[in-house]
Amino acid sequence: MEIAFWILAVISVASALAVVFLRNIFRAALFLVLCFFTIAGIYVVLHADFLAAAQVLIYVGAIAVLIIFAIMLTRETPRGSPSGRFRLIAFLVGATFLVAMILVVTGTDWQVITEAPTEPTTSPLAQALFSREEGFVLPFEIAAALLLAAVIGAIALVREK
Amino acid sequence: MTVGLEHFLILSAILFSIGLYGALAKRNAVVILMSIEIMLNAVNIAMVAFSRYGHLITGQVFAIFIMVVAAAEAAVGLAIIIAIYRSRETVDVEKFDLMKW
Repeated sequence: MEIAFWILAVISVASALAVVFLRNIFRAALFLVLCFFTIAGIYVVLHADFLAAAQVLIYVGAIAVLIIFAIMLTRETPRGSPSGRFRLIAFLVGATFLVAMILVVTGTDWQVITEAPTEPTTSPLAQALFSREEGFVLPFEIAAALLLAAVIGAIALVREK
Repeated sequence: MTVGLEHFLILSAILFSIGLYGALAKRNAVVILMSIEIMLNAVNIAMVAFSRYGHLITGQVFAIFIMVVAAAEAAVGLAIIIAIYRSRETVDVEKFDLMKW
């Protein structure tokens, strides 16, 4: 588990850096797919099997294809992905946030429960989502309505007039 | 040193900072959307790590909702980018000034 975590962490950080710093947008999108895959692997390390499968299906399967379609439809590849005027400020903001987060995370005394993880997680997840007392039935229905609205909105936006 | 909660949280913070830099510094709107996806994934890692080490499944439920919102956001965002590209022939955010006054 240790070795798997370190390998996955290094690959995911390296591919995320490649997404941000590569000039070629199409290669950046392919590195984004690699980043999504390694994050699915990190979910497996964390014993979240359902989320790992959902990550591969939703991010690698759907969102990555959507992004590659958008890159091909906008034909911006020859112009690359240049940085804007505020790259120094953006770097400072990102670095400040990272340093602050690392200080907070290492400075906090986390109360960790060392029980064995629940596995498989699919049935506990369903019970947590749909249980009658403290479930998430209303947010679930709102999420369904949100997805419907997003699909209709996307079709209305890109429809030829 | 054994891998614990802090390692996952720091990994999440690193990925979030990379996404933050990309979303603020890049000029191509599609790359900005890709950076936002990286940020959402970083938050998901923190959620699942808390769910694993706090032994509470609610973190994973929240991660599922974040995935739903990310999918909706990607669909609408890319549709907006394609709609703007149709009328302006560019996806450079520094040339998107149609809502400036």
